[in-house]
Amino acid sequence: MASLVGSRVERKEDKKLLTGRGKYTADVNFVNQTFAYFVRSPHARAQIKKVDTSKALKASGVVAVLTGADIANDKIGGLIAGWRIKSEDGSDMKVPAHPPLANDTVNYVGDHVAVVIAESLDEARNAAELVKVDYKIMKAVVSTKDAMNSDQIYKEIPKNLCFDWLLGDRAKVKEAFDKADKIIKIDLINNRLVPNAMEPRAANADYNPSTEEITLYTTSQNPHLARIIISAFNGVAPENKLRVIAPDVGGGFGSKIYPYAEEVVCSWAAKKIERPIKWVADRTESFLSDCHGRDHVTHAELAVKNDGTFLGFKNETIANIGAYASVFATVTPTYLFGPCATGVYKMPAAYTNVKAVFTNTAPVDAYRGAGRPEATYTIETIVEKAARELGMDPAEIRMKNFPTQFPFQQTLVHSVDSGDYVAGLNKSMEVADYKGFEKRKRESESKGKLRGIGLCSYFEACGIAPSPVVMMLGCGIGLWESAEVRFNPTGNVTVFTGSHSHGQGHDTTFAQIAADQLGVPIENIEISHGDTDKGPFGYGTYGSRSLTVGGTAIVKACEKIIAKGKRVAAKMLEASEDDVEFSNGEFVVAKSNKKKTIGEIAFACYLPGTYGEVKSPLPEGEEPGLKETSFFDPVNFSFPAGSHICEVEVDPETGETKVVKYTAVDDFGTIINPLVVEGQVHGGVVQGIGQALYEECRYDNSGQLITASYMDYTMPRADNLPEFKLDWTCTPSTTNPLGTKGCGEAGAIAAPAAVMNAVMNAIGAEISMPATAEKVWKVCNQNKKRNSEAA
Amino acid sequence: MKTFNYHSAKNVKEASKLASSNSVFLAGGMSTIPSMKLGFANYRDIIDIKGIKSLSGIKVSGKTVKIGATTKHVEVANSKDVKKAIPSLAALAEGIGDPQVRNRGTIGGSIANNDPSADYPSACIALNAVIHTNNRKIDADKFFKSMFETPLKSGEIIEVIEFAIPEKSNYQKYPNPASRYAIVGVYVAKHKSSVNVAVTGAKSCVYNDKDLAKALTSKFSSSSIDNFSISSSGMNSDIHASAEYRANMIKVFAKKAVDAC
Ligand SMILES: Cc1cc2nc3c(=O)[nH]c(=O)nc-3n(C[C@H](O)[C@H](O)[C@H](O)COP(=O)(O)OP(=O)(O)OC[C@H]3O[C@@H](n4cnc5c(N)ncnc54)[C@H](O)[C@@H]3O)c2cc1C
Repeated sequence: MASLVGSRVERKEDKKLLTGRGKYTADVNFVNQTFAYFVRSPHARAQIKKVDTSKALKASGVVAVLTGADIANDKIGGLIAGWRIKSEDGSDMKVPAHPPLANDTVNYVGDHVAVVIAESLDEARNAAELVKVDYKIMKAVVSTKDAMNSDQIYKEIPKNLCFDWLLGDRAKVKEAFDKADKIIKIDLINNRLVPNAMEPRAANADYNPSTEEITLYTTSQNPHLARIIISAFNGVAPENKLRVIAPDVGGGFGSKIYPYAEEVVCSWAAKKIERPIKWVADRTESFLSDCHGRDHVTHAELAVKNDGTFLGFKNETIANIGAYASVFATVTPTYLFGPCATGVYKMPAAYTNVKAVFTNTAPVDAYRGAGRPEATYTIETIVEKAARELGMDPAEIRMKNFPTQFPFQQTLVHSVDSGDYVAGLNKSMEVADYKGFEKRKRESESKGKLRGIGLCSYFEACGIAPSPVVMMLGCGIGLWESAEVRFNPTGNVTVFTGSHSHGQGHDTTFAQIAADQLGVPIENIEISHGDTDKGPFGYGTYGSRSLTVGGTAIVKACEKIIAKGKRVAAKMLEASEDDVEFSNGEFVVAKSNKKKTIGEIAFACYLPGTYGEVKSPLPEGEEPGLKETSFFDPVNFSFPAGSHICEVEVDPETGETKVVKYTAVDDFGTIINPLVVEGQVHGGVVQGIGQALYEECRYDNSGQLITASYMDYTMPRADNLPEFKLDWTCTPSTTNPLGTKGCGEAGAIAAPAAVMNAVMNAIGAEISMPATAEKVWKVCNQNKKRNSEAA
Repeated sequence: MKTFNYHSAKNVKEASKLASSNSVFLAGGMSTIPSMKLGFANYRDIIDIKGIKSLSGIKVSGKTVKIGATTKHVEVANSKDVKKAIPSLAALAEGIGDPQVRNRGTIGGSIANNDPSADYPSACIALNAVIHTNNRKIDADKFFKSMFETPLKSGEIIEVIEFAIPEKSNYQKYPNPASRYAIVGVYVAKHKSSVNVAVTGAKSCVYNDKDLAKALTSKFSSSSIDNFSISSSGMNSDIHASAEYRANMIKVFAKKAVDAC
């Protein structure tokens, strides 16, 4: 049987998803179901003086109206920050209480104040208008940059500072800077984004009073994590009485890794009213209350020698984490950001200092790339600036500073096991026809357009493991992954994974892996995930970890299956176990034609007897059945890397920027399915282009979200995009048997810098993201004025 | 969305009779339904006029193009007759919103709504349109008076929009990158004895830029407006574009439109 790993197997799940036969949380309905509608704060910051629910309670169809006082009375715990960060001075981070329904204050527009539960959604919504909340409005803190000098939001948190974190060595950096020929400085903003999963968040909680069990359907990237948080921290129900199911989920991009207030409230309230409660966010609620991404203000400096050698780097960032510290809010701008700050380069000295601040805006958490896009954007724009200031080619300065020996001990944390950055950039330049750029530029000029080219060489740390390391750094959970491979008696297979697919294609790629390992046709393998009652505990999908960690767990479980199969085959074939070899789904006795297929072995394991005589196919002491579980905890992160090259054309009269050429050459180690990987890269690059040119989440000074719909928040669309050119290099990861590295976030990590470098190259000036037409036009206009004055 | 009564009108008379101060006509629903969903508007009666056959269709005669009020944007965009008679009008329809919007939205709804960033009002001004309702004819320059306001009275229904076929014309638009409405749209039309330069998106209501029109009437060439400087006073300013940017775009687009004629 030919190996499936590496082939373009069409996505098994697409038939269901593309023909409307997927089953999402909003598709789940229960008999006797009620509907929840949340009363949300219209103010960015206010004290709640009184909540009057009396009118709403009398409205048609209303079953219950619950408030922060009710949830406090029932001793339901608050939402948690899942990663403990220490400040440079050794003190612990400071986080405010985050009750699922606000108690005495609201801290962003959209904050949850009360929930109205009614027989229909319309009735719930109408009654919500009757809940009278008496607010004392206070001055909101909105600006990331000014947050530390603004009014104090929480009395226990001076300067609105969650932590002031340092990674690296200030003294060494100073030394390096003292030796520099030149210091390149940059000030930039990493624009705040709204994740915009296609499927809005939703929950449907069903309580069975006779078993005291809650079943919660929810839009989660990580149902096991949702269960443990809702159980252990919120205290809604013990874990064994809480089943969390994340059925088909329409995208998450990080925004659905952890449970939100709505799931906690629906589960708790369902138990209270003893009826199922359904809640589905509308798009406005998604804009207001999904955790946002990015939102950094950064000052960075790069110390260089005149020949382009890097000597040292510092990154000083203020990271806005919004009104409360969401689950991964504190790790995103620290351990996911800081270690990658020096990029793909040899950098003798470096530090990253991050001040995380609270503001009266929606919480900010992991969003595709989480920390690594911010780190990459900073280093890759400053490197490009260094090239400009030193009069070097941007490719040349990169090549000069790439490491060529692997494993490579990167400055701040990581020991990068494998990679070949020189080969990657060379290939990217070849595919992008880097040499032909000047000619294309002249062609554009003849049409009155400015053409620019931009590079971005990135590396990232993903997989997010090993558990002892992340837990040492403050992580509240382990980051291993589980798999259970279960043969059914008739020889087909169900594989349970603790990771979760919400667009990534696990049903296909994981089945390819199992098919190759077990020699079973892919059609006979089902991948099951998303239900805490099926399969072992797991840690879900984010951080490009599913394949590298979860896929490896599948390989390990398959190895255990094969080991048992060998024992059984040896008995059945009356051979020594050492003589049995397994390949292509068959156990063969060496130098003989005696063999059993893995299906026959499975059958024998489940039906361990013989008609007419007392004879078991199983060796003595061997348990019946064929099912194995594995928990895989990797020994290191994995380190995908690559070089992307973007070309843009700018119309100087209107400022409109068009991405006309985009090349991505990535090293994801072994590629299981190029089709799926291309899809992941396309999606990531589009989100990166979105950040660079279009997307920007904006609040006004009073904390009102002014980009709260698609009429104002610009998503990238198909007609904004060129045909992408993708290619690969491959240095397999040495820390997992598949050699994979992860590909889910790469596009979003690399694209913003590649696009912005191209725009800045075209217009010859620095400009902040998103490079909207007006901003670009202003620069072009100034250039024009300056040129005409000079002439 | 609040509950409402739905009526499907069989003819203009019935639709008009059903109308009240608490009703709305439903054509494409592309403006009405979103505003109801967001709770900005509530109506007791929704009067669906999509089923009224007499309100739909395209007729080109010697000098005019007549488009029925419930004709969808996609129908105008794809119409061979329109493409032949006034290609810029078909192109304008092709550039409205996105395919979903074009497959439902109607010209009558667009005009009745008089959104300051809608495209069709500029076509009406540039192409000297006459708006035929069930009880009168209104010239375009009297129809688009102020933001979201028209002279239509309760129960008054647009039946047909009649455009004059120009000698040359062209429409240029910088779409809002999010909504695809016009941040600035400039419609230049050269008629036998005059030129119109209709501008949408830039101010609170579509208008004919008389100065540009005059300059182009005396000489129809983009060089005639090279030295124009357009004041940004009175222009819209929002998160997508400042008044200054809009003013710049009017000139850039007027020139592009003339060159493309
Ligand atoms: C996402 C999006 C993008 C859009 N982009 C653009 C764009 O780029 N450019 C643009 O121009 N428009 C745009 N639109 C608006 C679109 O063109 C609508 O079609 C138009 O505004 C309303 O037309 P409708 O047929 O949908 O009217 P409806 O929503 O059904 O009605 C709108 C109003 O017109 C009244 N009305 C309808 N028909 C008549 C009639 N025959 N007589 C009297 N009154 C009537 C109704 O009573 C109502 O008050 C966009 C809309 C959306 C949702």
